[in-house]
Amino acid sequence: MRNPQLNATGSLQHLLTLEDLPADIVERILDTAVPFVSIAERDVKKVPLLRGKTVFNLFFENSTRTRTTFEIAAKRLSADVINLNIGVSSTTKGETLLDTVDNLAAMNADMFIVRHGQSGAPHLIAQHLSATDRRHIHVINAGDGRHGHPTQGLLDLFTIRHYKQDFRRLTVAIVGDVLHSRVARSLIHGLTTLGTPEVRVIGPQTLLPTAVESLGVHVYNDMRAGLAGCDVVVMLRLQNERMKGSLLPSAGEFFKHYGLTVEKLQLAKSDAIVMHPGPMNRGVEIDSAVADGKHSVILPQVTFGIAVRMAVMSILAGN
Amino acid sequence: MTSAALPDAEATLERLAEKMRGAVAHDACLIGIYSGGAWLADRLALMLNGEHPVGYIDVSFYRDDYAQKGLREKPATTALPFAVAGSRIVLVDDVLYTGRSVRAAINELFDYGRPESIELAVLIDRGGRELPIEATYVGARLAVAHDLSIVLQRHSEGRLELSVEAAGGAKGA
Repeated sequence: MRNPQLNATGSLQHLLTLEDLPADIVERILDTAVPFVSIAERDVKKVPLLRGKTVFNLFFENSTRTRTTFEIAAKRLSADVINLNIGVSSTTKGETLLDTVDNLAAMNADMFIVRHGQSGAPHLIAQHLSATDRRHIHVINAGDGRHGHPTQGLLDLFTIRHYKQDFRRLTVAIVGDVLHSRVARSLIHGLTTLGTPEVRVIGPQTLLPTAVESLGVHVYNDMRAGLAGCDVVVMLRLQNERMKGSLLPSAGEFFKHYGLTVEKLQLAKSDAIVMHPGPMNRGVEIDSAVADGKHSVILPQVTFGIAVRMAVMSILAGN
Repeated sequence: MTSAALPDAEATLERLAEKMRGAVAHDACLIGIYSGGAWLADRLALMLNGEHPVGYIDVSFYRDDYAQKGLREKPATTALPFAVAGSRIVLVDDVLYTGRSVRAAINELFDYGRPESIELAVLIDRGGRELPIEATYVGARLAVAHDLSIVLQRHSEGRLELSVEAAGGAKGA
């Protein structure tokens, strides 16, 4: 079956997942984001590429930060942005997902940024638009269930490339609640696509997906062993609100075994970078001394995230 | 037309510099349009008598054919290491044709500030304008069939050379 996010000529039509996204498209997005970083440093932080286009932020699940970064990115491309927190409006009145989409398409939407608690919701919308011959409307997955968060994965890749250049010599560790993390899944796919030789996941067995090794990663339950020799350490948020049942004894116990401290970070390479998708739980998965320390690139990730989303939107809208 | 019929790029650049000497403000900023114009701006800054800061502009985000052709691959980063507001600016490009790149460059410049003035220097003016834009300084004027492109290349040792390609991108005879 044809990759549903590519059009008939192999160009990017939607951004739904980093799984099976060809390396040349990933690299094109990263290359395009470079000049967008400097747009944000000008007095006029806007370019006219999406002038007259209407972008809908369709958030069926709350996320102030992700929604804001997409909103800023679209506005810096001169698009008109409409924010809809659907969790608290139409669906509570009984409207289906695709009815909501049809209504917004009837308002001449050009792009949907979709965040949904159910894996596959952005795919469903993209397929619906294709099946009803509205291929000019683009869909970007802003996080769906446990499945993926491709723009977060791309901004992580951009950050790693910015500091470490060549993926083909890196050891990258992803630490913590991998089980609930769509960020981890997207990043693993992206790192693999770009030829990263050693990707590790570190966490308690209860917070690792079954058969995670099939993604091509090495599994460590001992954080100290897993951090040894790493170039990049990606800390995941301990997703308290997703935690059902007792996968963990306590947050304090988690920090003791899997929290990143200055002392544990010394096991990684001396020039290692520390990343976190935010929002951070200080004292749960990461110590403040690390979060605010010289290895941390957590705030540059936020800045790069705007540029990467501008790149994705401007490539999609031009295809 | 064949590449052999083209003027020598180095001699044409010397002629362009000769026209600019004494005419360009002594402190004018030279802004090259990527990629050919950027090479020319670097060279002209050394050839002109004066203190000329050099900047580079990539007009990918301001092109008027984005809706038809999409975003260009690998856009470069615009780098203007001086204040545009109040500066006297000379835009530098290799080939002036429709005028659309220059229009895009002027639009982009105004997002950095309001310049005192903008002039335009081009190595080759091949006619065929689609916008009311003219160059202030021209190295050579040339009539070229519309299905051909003139391309400036830079060899590893820095020498510049002009060649002709089919407008689609394939190399012309």
